[in-house]
Amino acid sequence: MATAEPWQRAEIAGPTKAFVIPKPDVFVAMVKRAKRPILIAGHKVVEVTEGEPYIDSIIRIAKAANMPLVATAHTVGEFIKRGFQPTAWMPAVDITSRLEDPSWKGFDGMGQYDLAIFTGIPYYMEWLMLSALKHFAPNLKTISLDRFYQPQASWSFPNVSLKDWKTYLETIGNQLEVK
Amino acid sequence: MSKKNVELRIKELQTNVATVKDLQLSFGRLITETWTEKMGPTPFPNVLDLREWDHKLLQRYKPLYMPQSDVCDLCTMGKCDLTAGKKGACGIDIATQQSRLALLTACIGAACHTAHSRHLLEHLIEKYGPRYPINVGGINVEVEAPITRLVTGIRPKTISDFEEALDYLENQLTHLLASIHTGQEASNIDFESKVLHAGMLDHVGLEIGDIAQIATFGFPKADPDAPLVEIGGGVVETQKPVILCIGHNVATAVEIVDYLKANNQFEEVEVCGLCCTAQDVARYDSRTKIIGPISWQLRFIRSGMADVIVVDEQCVRVDTFTEAQKINTPVIATLDKISLNLPNRTKDAPDQVITDLVDGKIPGVLITDPAKAGEIAVKTAIQMAPKRQKFKSIPDVADVIESAKKCTVCQECRRACPQDLVIPEAIKVAGEGNLNQLAELYEDCIGCGRCEYVCPVAIPPHTFILKAAEAQIKQEKYKIQAGRGAIQDTEIRNVGSPIVLGEIPGVVGFVGCSNYPHGRRDVAEMVATFANRRYIVVTSGCAAMSSAMYKNEEGQTVYEAFPKGFEAGGIVNVGSCVANSHIAGAAIKIASIFAKRNLRGNYEEIADYILNRVGAVGVAWGAYAQKAFSIGSGCWRLGVPVIVGPHGTKYKRMLLGRKEREEDWYAYDARTGDRVFVGPAPEHLFFAAETKEEAMVMIAKLCIRANDTTKGRAIKLTHYIDLHKRLYGVLPDDIHMFVRTLADVPITMKDEIIRILDEKKWVEGRIPDPTLLARMIRKKKEEA
Repeated sequence: MATAEPWQRAEIAGPTKAFVIPKPDVFVAMVKRAKRPILIAGHKVVEVTEGEPYIDSIIRIAKAANMPLVATAHTVGEFIKRGFQPTAWMPAVDITSRLEDPSWKGFDGMGQYDLAIFTGIPYYMEWLMLSALKHFAPNLKTISLDRFYQPQASWSFPNVSLKDWKTYLETIGNQLEVK
Repeated sequence: MSKKNVELRIKELQTNVATVKDLQLSFGRLITETWTEKMGPTPFPNVLDLREWDHKLLQRYKPLYMPQSDVCDLCTMGKCDLTAGKKGACGIDIATQQSRLALLTACIGAACHTAHSRHLLEHLIEKYGPRYPINVGGINVEVEAPITRLVTGIRPKTISDFEEALDYLENQLTHLLASIHTGQEASNIDFESKVLHAGMLDHVGLEIGDIAQIATFGFPKADPDAPLVEIGGGVVETQKPVILCIGHNVATAVEIVDYLKANNQFEEVEVCGLCCTAQDVARYDSRTKIIGPISWQLRFIRSGMADVIVVDEQCVRVDTFTEAQKINTPVIATLDKISLNLPNRTKDAPDQVITDLVDGKIPGVLITDPAKAGEIAVKTAIQMAPKRQKFKSIPDVADVIESAKKCTVCQECRRACPQDLVIPEAIKVAGEGNLNQLAELYEDCIGCGRCEYVCPVAIPPHTFILKAAEAQIKQEKYKIQAGRGAIQDTEIRNVGSPIVLGEIPGVVGFVGCSNYPHGRRDVAEMVATFANRRYIVVTSGCAAMSSAMYKNEEGQTVYEAFPKGFEAGGIVNVGSCVANSHIAGAAIKIASIFAKRNLRGNYEEIADYILNRVGAVGVAWGAYAQKAFSIGSGCWRLGVPVIVGPHGTKYKRMLLGRKEREEDWYAYDARTGDRVFVGPAPEHLFFAAETKEEAMVMIAKLCIRANDTTKGRAIKLTHYIDLHKRLYGVLPDDIHMFVRTLADVPITMKDEIIRILDEKKWVEGRIPDPTLLARMIRKKKEEA
């Protein structure tokens, strides 16, 4: 099942498609290499379609990489319940419009982010957020940290099984915690 | 009012100078003026007349483009790759291409409503005569056509008075479409201005269609006590012959009812419908039944209940004819928009057509005469019912189980599903004899059937879901208020002040289609939530139907549980898609009736008033159609924000404000001419929410307006903050942006909000008389 085809078959955009992240190590290397990464987490980190909520894995990754985390939709409360304070919360379309704005200085006022990692937003919606950034944020790289291949990102995991994905998240957490 | 193409013929005219014989004079337009209201600056505005207003909006609410396709393939120089800064062979970039597609979408929607109204009006003029008077609410409605008055500057008295407005719409839509051609408009902002123009035209088209049918068909006339109508998959009396009407143009469905009544057969035949034709025929006769919104089409057809299917226009599944053939049900197409390659038998004797249909010589016909189609539908249904025996295309449980065993869990059905429903696992379990998981998918399924086109072993998952949920569907028996049409002038007078002052926290319109992310229950929940909070809730179209398809603990639908008036805490179903005009019309009437602003040809001033003063928000939670986009476009130009569900991102562009950019949120104080900070109110014009929780919080927030009184602002903030706390688990992080003076702070939240204001180094502002229009400044600020 590990293919680099859009999870939803018809979600084909055009000539530029996401590079496939073959293994978690690559993801970790990209995060470590980034100067100003940011993590955007949607409601599906809790309200999963199948399997178990993975919000704890996302908190672990954000903490380990010391990355700012933006909770979209109504997800902020779920993070706080787990003792984690997101950097900000705002709708997915709002964070997208800010990420593509070259004059936006970020949540800390220190300037644009260079890597945006998306997870937990409905597939078709995240696809469109990533499309906006592909076209209008030339200095931003994007990664989909979801189970399914997102062709509109700069980098994406392929479609993987629940079991493999769980292992990926675990591995990413472990490796990021190694300083 | 004016009359087009008037001819004066004089056989013989004797004067002191000469005798004239056979004199014939033609007038392009004859104006017989009885309306004394002063004409505003923009009657019949052309594409550029309101451009300045549009640019003001677009400066504040900037487009966020989210391309579905990176290429343009509209001309033969393409395909052109427009990814990330590349330009096409014509020089176009991706932002301009996206705005161009947005205009195309809006034009399709506006053309649909305009053509619908044109057809209906021509039919009604032929049937009732051109001088048939307009009456949408008797003495309770003096401002009968607020959108038409506002946009065109004409006050219609009879149905034929609308012809001039329709001519205008058709003219303007042609200009807009022309600008989409290769090598025309080159600015995305000007394309967006044209989108807003298309939306404004769309609203006029909506209004003409609904007013004409209200006046002539005797629909409820602004009636808060419009009757309750049965709705749901379980309400159809299947022992009777069943006629199923699908679409939006009610002309033929009305003739069906008339024919049945004229022949004393109404009790013998069941007339039901899907989508807005159902809503409208229920306004004509409340004994007809509404099955449900567009997403119920496939499931109801396959149930085999319909003995004849009549299609008119808009949102009719393109495979209706194919599906009908599977259940041996004849199809009658009735309009040029959907002809289905069927023989046009309009001129044939009805009995011959009926014989051919019943004998199976032809599976369907095109009959463009509504009366004739009505007669043929009735007689065909009566003769087909005993032959068909409700033959259905849904298998038995044993067949489902046997077929499900073939499933290889390849995931193709899930990957075709717009909802990403976990179908394969449900099919696998079904193969083991347990259909419960399939039944659980029913609520979230939008009924598109895409899962069935991809299965490599020919399993039809959608059909299996229907079988698994069969008992549930039979229990779908609800009540909806028949569409009541316009809002009364007296209702506007009663609520105008509390709305403008902010004491009624907002008017929320739940409109649009049924492409919901998690089924209809979300809409019903949102409707009830805001009615409970004493917002005025208005519904229309598929959203009105979905709102009805859920019962509270007392077994009541929202239409039974809440007041029916346009009042705080009331829920009002205005009717079908074209009845959306009454929602926009209510906002306009607040400016006209309550604030006594001139309406006539005065679009910009009224839109400015609504943007700054009328806390109205449209919610199209399941919007899927081009029509929904054009309706939304009309709302944006009028200053009414629109929220869509997550699938609404597929419209590929939002109009978003940036609340932290202080420079975007200034307006004039009309009293002094000062430029004054008014805050992000409303923050967005077109917004897609990821979840219903996010939508509910945003609804409350987007009702905030620059002109709110301190009491009104405190009430609105109370709802915004309370919903945010309940649904997000935390206080909002932007409260300080909406507090202008300490008097705005809700008294019950004072301590925690004051603390936030201190943290944010909040500075007290002032409450202006806000306007974006320099010409509205009453006293020019003296030069220093």
